[in-house]
Amino acid sequence: MAGSMNLGRRGLGALGLGLTAAAAMGALPTETKKAKAAAPDASNPIKVGILHSLSGTMAISETTLKDVMLMLIAQQNDKGGLLGRKLEPVVVDPASNWPLFAEKARQLLSVDKCAAVFGCWTSVSRKSVLPVFEELNGILFYPVQYEGQECSRNVFYTGAAPNQQAIPAVDYLMNEEGVKRWVLAGTDYVYPRTTNQILEAYLKLKGVAPEDLMINYTPFGHSDWQSIVSQIKSFGSAGKKTAVVSTINGDANVPFYKELGNQGIKATDIPVIAFSVGEEELAGMSTKPLVGHLAAWNYFESVDTPENKAFIDAWHTFIKNPKRTTNDPMEAHYIGFNMWVKAVEKAGTTDPDKVIPAAIGVAVPNLSGGYSAMMPNHHITKPVLIGEIQDDGMFNIVSQTPGLVVAQEWSPYVAETKDLIGDWRAPLSCGAFNVKTHTCGAGGGKA
Amino acid sequence: MVAFVAFLALALPAARAQSDALNLLASANFDDIRRGVQELGRSGDPRALPIIAALHEGNLYVSADHDLYIKTAQGFIAADTGKPAPDVPAAALKKVRVSNAVRNAMDDALGALRLFAKDPAQRQTAAEAVFHAHDPHAVPALDRAIASETDPAVRAAMQQARAAAILYAPDAPDAQKLEAVKLLRARGGMEARSLLDGVTGSPAVTAAAKAAVVSIDRVLQLWSFVQSIYYGVSLGSVLLLAAAGLAITFGVMGVINMAHGEMVMLGAYTTFVVQQALGPAWLGLSMAVAVPAAFLVSGIAGILIERTLIRWLYGRTLETLLATWGLSLILQQAVRSIFGPDNRPVAPPSWMSGDMHLSGLTFTFNRMVIIAFAAVVLLGLMAVLRVTSLGLRMRAVTQNRLMASAMGIRTPWIDALTFGLGSGVAGMAGVALSQIDNVSPNLGQGYIIDSFMVVVFGGVGNLWGTLVAALTLGIVNKFLEPFAGAVLGKIVVLVLVILFIQRKPRGMFPLRGRAVEA
Repeated sequence: MAGSMNLGRRGLGALGLGLTAAAAMGALPTETKKAKAAAPDASNPIKVGILHSLSGTMAISETTLKDVMLMLIAQQNDKGGLLGRKLEPVVVDPASNWPLFAEKARQLLSVDKCAAVFGCWTSVSRKSVLPVFEELNGILFYPVQYEGQECSRNVFYTGAAPNQQAIPAVDYLMNEEGVKRWVLAGTDYVYPRTTNQILEAYLKLKGVAPEDLMINYTPFGHSDWQSIVSQIKSFGSAGKKTAVVSTINGDANVPFYKELGNQGIKATDIPVIAFSVGEEELAGMSTKPLVGHLAAWNYFESVDTPENKAFIDAWHTFIKNPKRTTNDPMEAHYIGFNMWVKAVEKAGTTDPDKVIPAAIGVAVPNLSGGYSAMMPNHHITKPVLIGEIQDDGMFNIVSQTPGLVVAQEWSPYVAETKDLIGDWRAPLSCGAFNVKTHTCGAGGGKA
Repeated sequence: MVAFVAFLALALPAARAQSDALNLLASANFDDIRRGVQELGRSGDPRALPIIAALHEGNLYVSADHDLYIKTAQGFIAADTGKPAPDVPAAALKKVRVSNAVRNAMDDALGALRLFAKDPAQRQTAAEAVFHAHDPHAVPALDRAIASETDPAVRAAMQQARAAAILYAPDAPDAQKLEAVKLLRARGGMEARSLLDGVTGSPAVTAAAKAAVVSIDRVLQLWSFVQSIYYGVSLGSVLLLAAAGLAITFGVMGVINMAHGEMVMLGAYTTFVVQQALGPAWLGLSMAVAVPAAFLVSGIAGILIERTLIRWLYGRTLETLLATWGLSLILQQAVRSIFGPDNRPVAPPSWMSGDMHLSGLTFTFNRMVIIAFAAVVLLGLMAVLRVTSLGLRMRAVTQNRLMASAMGIRTPWIDALTFGLGSGVAGMAGVALSQIDNVSPNLGQGYIIDSFMVVVFGGVGNLWGTLVAALTLGIVNKFLEPFAGAVLGKIVVLVLVILFIQRKPRGMFPLRGRAVEA
């Protein structure tokens, strides 16, 4: 925490520099800037884009985020809006279709002139809108835990980087449960592959022998887990405590956990720690056989703080259903939205060139009782929580980092990125600065 | 006065053993709770069993001033005195929370405590738990339990548990350890293998353990072969169910129906609706009701689709493909709008949950029921095609439409009914899939490619071919998965099927005769 506040102050100090840089850049006649200058009327609402899939495979996760954004915007309007102007949500449906994400992002920025966009879930959707946001100089708040290795000027990453989720999770299993043998199981796409690459390097650094590592990928929506689970079971019978680190995504989790239960793998024998399973995912299954399996997040609905209670109550009133759960990406939007509001108030305008530098150093309360701050690398500080699944579908928090963790956008455990840092404060203003060669690479990272 | 204090100090340790453990249990720290369970378990205190059992069941509560209470059907009782505590405010009590480490300690402690239970079945599970824990501290208790044990099966389990504990006791003599290795080797199975693999000690012991591991592995390998075949048959039965309807619509009628998966999905949602309508009391019956209901829902949907869409497109393959694909998207989104985007929970009836153990292999009832169901559906479908007059007409129309029409068969209605039959069978498949897969709007998408693959591979228009193809693909897939991985396994299977189709374009069991040319 102390470290983060420190950096936060440094961020504030750099604000002056940031503003001068923005003023210098103000000469650039970008399309959005002209539009903003032509619309000074205070009665005009500020438009906020919501870019979440409401149909297709990702609708299951993203619809909730659209709803929570609508709630936050309504709350802000009740408080008198922003800069004396009303906020107006612009909801579009990119339909779980990655190229459509880019199209809709372009529409939000150049047709609707949105001051900021909150959206995306999968990494592939973020990668597909990234060039649009950079080209049109928009602002994207991305609320989901992801694989890192990216640091764009136009994106604020309010979800966890690997060191804010995966690494602490592995540390917990290693230290608290004495795990010596690891199964890294994931769905075959960019997030699990990158995360597992980082984890593999990290575990090897910690002295795990290659024969104690099993890496397994399955296609999206894999439903027949019989042979893979039995393979995990026999991998776990080598006399060493074994755990599964799961980056299995979405729907495939339900049959996976069902099969674990079927084959009698209990959490006390082979615990599974998941990075993509939250309250929302558990709502669709019977959690009796899953009790004790773990998840690592930066927020759980069961967090016991007054802020969280108020948030849950507001959510239940807004959605008119007291059974709806809250989850980590919702908290990320809560933090991200409040940060954007603060940054706009600080900058006194919604102009991205002023808001982007103003956002650095902004600190807002998170729901677990602390303050999260926006760092110069456009990632936020977060606590890391480990929870065990309970039979009521909630998580029992068994471990929480004492302070907040600062995100490492470029993994120090991967050879190609270990010398990179992202710092969007002037005069560096670079998303991928190589501290060895003192050169600036592309912040968008590798696709 | 000094003497009194000294007396207190002397008297305290004996009295504190119990309260210490209880204090630890009342803590909010998981490590303290774990130590509390361990201490209480080893204390020999008669209250240990009820307290730990209550914690295990989630019935142990702690008050604000760290007093423990057990929740029973009659209300709360104080944990330390065992007396009822009716005036304790239930709202001020918090459940004692447990983590995996605490759960492990509880299982171990409960195992050791229940070694002397009255019920032999309980003693058996206790012995298994102690075996699992392989805690050297348990040896004296095991010795006493073995001496007084009358049931031979339980005694054997206890002796194995003792062997496991001896193996991990640092000061046990080599002779005893070698004896233990022999016992574990005779027991076999994955757990014994795991214990033997982790052994450290003198070279003689580790060598014996290593040899035992090799011998157990040999047996396990054989079983894993049997298991792979079973898994393959199980996957094959799912493929067969998903493809059986397609074998009618695509195989017999030649319609490329991309919305076939959605018919399966409709069946799964019908199961959900039936379960909701009947309520939890009729869970056992819900499956029996859902099968005909799903058949009707999907069947009627199929007839409607045929009448409104497909009949205008006969003979225009590409347009059928596009139209039905569009239809599949419409159906998915319709279901998503009605039921919501998240998964609907379909509970398994009691007769479908549970499993059967056969020497290290696990057979779950739900998979076995699905295998049987697939067989029944296939046989039923064959019977309909061979025996009934509808089946006769269907075959007549597909073999020679003009001649059938000339004989007075209303071919458009037969087309609609055939399509309805295929769709209805897909709906029944949805009932089965609701037990093993997510009931979500995307359910069907996952099966459409596999279904086409099965039908094409087996030979279009041949139900036996569909059966053989489904089982072959299932088994090949399950044998490839462990070493090629699920992704590569799928690719390999796809490539093999393509190569096979290159050699034999009509599949494994091609239809012969004039019908083929028509």
